[in-house]
Amino acid sequence: MTEHDKIKQDKEEWENSISLKKERKQSFRNLSEIEINRLYTPNDIKDFNYALDLGFPGQYPFTRGAYPNMYRGQLWTMRQFAGFGNAEQTNKRYKFLINHGNTGLSVAFSLHTIYGIDATDPRALGEIGKEGVAIDSLKDMQTLFDGIDLSKISTSMTINGPASILLALYIVTAEKQGHTPDQLRGTIQNDILKEYIAQKSWIFPPEPSMRIIIDTIEYCAKYVPQWYTISISGYHIREAGSTAVQELAFTLADGFAYVEAALERGLDIDDFAPRLSFFFNSHNNFFEEVCKYRAARRIWARHMKNKYEAKKPESMRLRFHTQTAGVSLAAQEPENNIARVTLQALASVLGGTQSLHTNSFDEALCLPTENAVKIALRTQQIIAYESGVTDTVDPLAGSYYVEWLTNKMEEEAENYFQQIEDLGGVIPAIKANFFQKEIANASYKYQQEIENRERTIVAVNQFEQREPCSVPLLKIDEEIANEQIRKLNKLKEERDNKKVNEKLERLKEAAKGTENLMPFIIDAIREYASIGEIINVLKEIFGAYHEDSIY
Amino acid sequence: MSKERKIKVLCCKPGLDGHDRGVKVLARALRDAGMEVIYTGIHQTPDDIVNTVIQEDPDAVMLSMLSGSHNAICPIIMDKLKEHGIDDVLVAVGGIIPDEDKTFLESHGLKGFYGPGTDLKTIVDFVKNNLKR
Repeated sequence: MTEHDKIKQDKEEWENSISLKKERKQSFRNLSEIEINRLYTPNDIKDFNYALDLGFPGQYPFTRGAYPNMYRGQLWTMRQFAGFGNAEQTNKRYKFLINHGNTGLSVAFSLHTIYGIDATDPRALGEIGKEGVAIDSLKDMQTLFDGIDLSKISTSMTINGPASILLALYIVTAEKQGHTPDQLRGTIQNDILKEYIAQKSWIFPPEPSMRIIIDTIEYCAKYVPQWYTISISGYHIREAGSTAVQELAFTLADGFAYVEAALERGLDIDDFAPRLSFFFNSHNNFFEEVCKYRAARRIWARHMKNKYEAKKPESMRLRFHTQTAGVSLAAQEPENNIARVTLQALASVLGGTQSLHTNSFDEALCLPTENAVKIALRTQQIIAYESGVTDTVDPLAGSYYVEWLTNKMEEEAENYFQQIEDLGGVIPAIKANFFQKEIANASYKYQQEIENRERTIVAVNQFEQREPCSVPLLKIDEEIANEQIRKLNKLKEERDNKKVNEKLERLKEAAKGTENLMPFIIDAIREYASIGEIINVLKEIFGAYHEDSIY
Repeated sequence: MSKERKIKVLCCKPGLDGHDRGVKVLARALRDAGMEVIYTGIHQTPDDIVNTVIQEDPDAVMLSMLSGSHNAICPIIMDKLKEHGIDDVLVAVGGIIPDEDKTFLESHGLKGFYGPGTDLKTIVDFVKNNLKR
């Protein structure tokens, strides 16, 4: 009798001999609707091969971690996403965070900045500074980083449609501080595909958007070598209501699409792939999240090596930032969110994240107050310094359940890659609304399960107490918007408008051809062209995107 | 079969906010409750919304706003509806609406204010019970 047969037999005997308590549910399913068994044994990972499936941390296929000794060498970057009101206010918040041990900056931009329109545009009404910091020009950017040495800190900017412009603003701001581009460290999100799929802050149609992204990748490979040119993001896909498997599969599919576009441009995979990074969500189901990260590293490594023929190990190594799930925060008894965030953060650490943003407990109600942000940062520090989970690398490896679920998630992601390929790739699948429909179906199903109480959200659909909530809220002064508009109008009067127009004209000409647009954007920024002006010029050539409104 | 006209609801996302998970879930729930639902998609200006109301003549308009622009945008929508003589349409707004803004929005004729964690059934019942025609 083989060992597997013996275990099978013993397990059957065990199941027959014991008297099980009636189980609480008919079936136990995680958030990806994967059925979870009562018990896992070596038989659930029969073909498990340590060298091929796990290997050692820092080595192919990187399942156990991106770096050899992980948090024993360096903790993850504690990077709290922040931005609100105007550049002065956010600059103060950054200094507060740095003083409390934040080790990297992460910029949240105002919605009007995200859409590449000026504060003076009527469509910006009511949005300025509400969801992030209002940035219109180089002037604002200089204020934002005033007193912060850009050669010393790493900065992540959550920006997509106008990512090339914000990168240019960062480069020129650093230049004014006396630093050269090769000293700069940070990330632009720059992931437009997930905008069409989930977050919806697109500007141009997919094809010209991809061109601009490849321009930034090409430019940074030459001049800003320490910059992460793209943060391929599952976070927003998950926030839009996807399952964990969908988040995993759609994000990696987007990643492959960027790789293919850069290869088409003639770039060498080992020149650009090491500067690609990822951004995932961490939601409520603990083990599902841990396994998602482990599967992501292995899938990426396998595809980069086998399909795209990368040679350098760094090209195969997936590194990622995590943010705990905003969508999982409850407005009811908001303090409970501190416990949710702790578990989500722990999952991302046990999954091997390189950097982490923990949400503040009050974010289902408003932008976070200073006290709530501090608790969120403290949560990370407690995991890092008190819990002991950082003492060894990938401590959950070898668990029958964890390895089985990691395999299962990889398998389900591969099924999705096949479906996407059958539709002709990511962009055709977007145009066919494939992702959008998959996500809408998943999110409706999840909501129904909550309403039917098949899934429990504490104090929302079970153990509810209808007490009015009383956490202090952060309000954005409406005067911020008027001030932003006045500042921009004043800037447009004071700058050399002849030069601005010249630079914008040259950018427009370049957009008609195939030249890399980055140097032209940087030139326009140096003359204080606004983000909206640059986007408008590009829109004349590239057009705008419109989506089908399906639900 | 009932000869009664179906309740017609317009679901919209005003402003630049792209958080559309909630509004899409709500649109399906209203549809599954037997209503006729039109979803406008995101990035709707007040003029876009008012024009759609004129064309489609819905019984209720459900605005979904999570970016904090409700105080600036909702009163404009209400004023423009009034300018066109439309006063028999229920207009509700949901999303992230802090309690202290509700009185202000109510004074402009808005109702509802359902936020994260609300049962879909609660909103469906709200629509059924608060129609103005």
